[in-house]
Amino acid sequence: MNYDVIVIGGGHAGCEAAAAAARVGARTALLTHRFDTIGVMSCNPAIGGLGKGHLVREIDALDGLMGRVADLGGIQFKMLNRRKGPAVRGPRAQADRKLYRLAMQAAIQAAAGLKVIEGDAVDLGLDGDRVVSVTLADGRVIACGAVVLTTGTFLNGLIHIGETRYPAGRMGEAPSVGLSATLARIGVRLGRLKTGTPARLDGRTIDWAAVERQDGDDEPEPFSTLTTHLPNRQISCGITRTTAATHAVIEANLHRSAMYGGHIQSRGPRYCPSIEDKIVRFGERDGHQVFLEPEGLDDDTVYPNGISTSLPEDAQAALLATIPGLERVRMLRPGYAIEYDHVDPLELAATLEVKKARGLFLAGQINGTTGYEEAAAQGLIAGLNAACRAGGTDGHVFGRADGYLGVMVDDLVTRGVSEPYRMFTSRAEYRLLLRADNADQRLTPMGKALGLVGTERSAAFGAKLAALEQARALLDSLMITPTDANRKGLRINLDGVRRSAFDLLAYPDIDFATLKGIWPELGSISAGIAPQLEVDAKYAVYLDRQNSDIDALRRDEAVAIPTDFEFRGLAGLSNEMRDKLERVRPATIGQAGRIDGMTPAALGLVLARLRKGG
Amino acid sequence: MLIAHRDETICALSSGALPCGVAVIRISGPKSRFVIETICRKLPEPRKASVRRLCDPANGEALDQAVVLWLPGPHTVTGEDMAELQVHGSRAVVAAVLRVVLRLHGVRMAEAGEFTRRAYDNGRMDLTEVEGFADLLAAETEAQRRQALRQAEGGLGRRLSDWRARLIRARAWIEAELDFTEEADIPDGVAERTWAEIAALAAEMQAELTASRVSERIRRGVVVAVLGPPNAGKSSLVNALAQRDVAIVSPEAGTTRDALEVDLDLGGVPVRLIDTAGLREAAGLIEAEGIRRALARAETADLVLWLRPANGDGGPLPTLEASTPVWEIVSRADEAAPAIDSDSFRISVRSGEGLEALIERLAGFAGGAAGNAEIGLMTRERHFQSVARAIGWMRDAVRGADIPIELRGELLRRAGDEIGRITGAIGTDDLLDVIFREFCVGK
Repeated sequence: MNYDVIVIGGGHAGCEAAAAAARVGARTALLTHRFDTIGVMSCNPAIGGLGKGHLVREIDALDGLMGRVADLGGIQFKMLNRRKGPAVRGPRAQADRKLYRLAMQAAIQAAAGLKVIEGDAVDLGLDGDRVVSVTLADGRVIACGAVVLTTGTFLNGLIHIGETRYPAGRMGEAPSVGLSATLARIGVRLGRLKTGTPARLDGRTIDWAAVERQDGDDEPEPFSTLTTHLPNRQISCGITRTTAATHAVIEANLHRSAMYGGHIQSRGPRYCPSIEDKIVRFGERDGHQVFLEPEGLDDDTVYPNGISTSLPEDAQAALLATIPGLERVRMLRPGYAIEYDHVDPLELAATLEVKKARGLFLAGQINGTTGYEEAAAQGLIAGLNAACRAGGTDGHVFGRADGYLGVMVDDLVTRGVSEPYRMFTSRAEYRLLLRADNADQRLTPMGKALGLVGTERSAAFGAKLAALEQARALLDSLMITPTDANRKGLRINLDGVRRSAFDLLAYPDIDFATLKGIWPELGSISAGIAPQLEVDAKYAVYLDRQNSDIDALRRDEAVAIPTDFEFRGLAGLSNEMRDKLERVRPATIGQAGRIDGMTPAALGLVLARLRKGG
Repeated sequence: MLIAHRDETICALSSGALPCGVAVIRISGPKSRFVIETICRKLPEPRKASVRRLCDPANGEALDQAVVLWLPGPHTVTGEDMAELQVHGSRAVVAAVLRVVLRLHGVRMAEAGEFTRRAYDNGRMDLTEVEGFADLLAAETEAQRRQALRQAEGGLGRRLSDWRARLIRARAWIEAELDFTEEADIPDGVAERTWAEIAALAAEMQAELTASRVSERIRRGVVVAVLGPPNAGKSSLVNALAQRDVAIVSPEAGTTRDALEVDLDLGGVPVRLIDTAGLREAAGLIEAEGIRRALARAETADLVLWLRPANGDGGPLPTLEASTPVWEIVSRADEAAPAIDSDSFRISVRSGEGLEALIERLAGFAGGAAGNAEIGLMTRERHFQSVARAIGWMRDAVRGADIPIELRGELLRRAGDEIGRITGAIGTDDLLDVIFREFCVGK
């Protein structure tokens, strides 16, 4: 047996990695414990959100799987921040766990050049600093050109429920221990992080009449630009709140919590605190929201989002009973906290390749991130670059101006992590440009050039682009004088300057519908295209400014620093700067400039040496 | 913070430490020609050193007589249009010229190493290698920058930290509304309350910028007030030092009724000498006002010269509230022999006795009081520019009530970047720290 790329792990990172490697033509194997756990959602049954929804759209723009699979599994679609501007709108969907998993498994099976192998990877074979094979627990050794490792929470995973703890990768599944030793042998720095999940509830025992209802959008918007029809009926979620009685139960049992009992030292995410954390830190609140999210159309399991916990099982049952609507609820399985090993992402290049082991790529929680979408986006990048490595071609780096996936990778490999890394829109300095609505315009051309994009998407994108250009030309061609505009009810300065329909769209109080009243021919522009033009017009001034920032960024990114560059031998560099540069080993001057606390003087010295050496 | 717009014109002092014989101010970028035309009136022939009078276009005031070079690109050090101003190497002159140049639209202080960067970007690096990164090596390190901040007078450093923290907090609240409203107990309208706070902060920053003693010191130099009883020879001394008639000098007591100021260049340090009305107990109404002003000026001066005529009754030294150093000087020394026990510093404008020594002592004092070398001066000037730009972005953000919140957030981000240039960049982690501390985020 011999593959170009072997992907270890069948979660969100692994699936996307395997599919991407196969799309660009690599003979790819997806190695997972069991085929039927491919595409499992271990935590909450939802895809997308703010920042995360942007990532899903970007994966879709590169012809990845997550968007299409989420459309097939989605049972409640919602555009978040709909009342705010387009740059900060994020698509989100509740997913039916089973439908999602099955759709993902089908997509993996349908992928050409991709084979699934059931097995347990225990070691990697290296030839010098180059990965050449994967060793399985049953003794099989599979040769390969590159490996993508996506261990999720399986690497030395340790589950905590109250004072009890046991090794596990996920509830009911064994952890992966051998690979931790492999990574230690390669010499990468490992860290330990923590995350948690709430109990699962039997929906039939919830008093739904006692809780508030939360519906999805009336006109659900799919993730994928290729999705024309959402197959599933849409469901509602419930919202309830913790009470003073809940808080009393938690306080009485706090010493028995794994987190507060002193059993866990590793850092958990501050944006996803356990209910214990919320009470300890924000105890003065009269209650904390609990979202009751059904896990499937024909599944009675309900995911109570907002109360992840590591309290003992009896305390969990007691606290649930204090929440309105859950007084008689049956707990299907308790919540838990899990600790796991991750690799310090400063060990990675922006291709997600481990600097110390050529051909070894990492994606997902192993890199210190959290979230399905973050994992999937890294998987796509790692899979693409693993295929390039195996094929002997240069890899591809997505930049901060290309998309959220570029922002994420750059943050990881430049700044490292101190808690599980999650995407937020505030992480993107070019947020106005990196929108969910234009992910395809930003990335599909790039994806085509890389060979990631298939013919179906390519054709659809070409049609959209043509429609956009045509519509823009129409808007630019329609002109009006200020006097006429005011006669039509638009408040425009009477300065004698004729304005185009596109110019008018930039005004805060003029929208597409207003313009259609003046120029009925604008009715020919489709409902999918019009909003985008409106956004472009309203953001135009700001986008121009960001674009000139981006030009500067690109110039800095174009100045490469060789991997063997000697920061230590650089005269005039302070020890502090030298240590920072050595630790991160930036690949470009641009990246060096983003290292925390880097000074212009230090950068200039590096530049000077580069120039002299080159 | 390290990425600056290349289409902007940059300016910096590119020669070494001040004071020196000739200081070279370099300008690079598309506005270089405009700068020369504005402050020299006439564009010299390309690549030909020409002597020009530099003037402040705002009021026509002469700044210095300088050698001016107009170097059209691309065959320049940076590959761009450039101008070079060789001015007299005193801090006062350099500060004044920089101030005028930087006031022009589209011109800003160069970041450390930026000339080198442009040279590199435009493929002109080889030429600059000879110059060995002068602008780069003179650039401050992070530690020096922090030190400069600490040393900044009037608590500017403390204020900057305070502004930074408040701007981070304000930005965090806006970002919380954008990133977390769906999953956190963030009260509606949090962002709205924040705008009042940002408006207040911008107003405070503006007031500080206007009033800052630091900026004033750059503008005015070290202030020396000359005090003494009427006819002690204060005006004569000022005139002697200035070598020109600035005050009406008459032998009649009480001629100088107001504080007169003259700017001197003592050993390269800008010194503002203030001639005050004579202090006298029994004074006419007009003169009383002059005395009040004299004392007020003395309070804010960096040094007081207390003149006592050799042959007269000096009277007691007036009590100053501020801990301003006072040098007691016996004036008109030619009119009376020194008392046997006196070790007073004696001068005579008429005979010239002690004048050179006084100038030397003043220069020494001014050199010390002007503080750190030109790096401080440059750094501070750059800081003021950043603060001014930050205020501009913040005001735009506050005014933009009818634009979407993410655009107002973008304006605030730019304000934060400007403050970050001085205090260290404001990153997402700074914002998240505030958000997670103040709001219970997370489903």
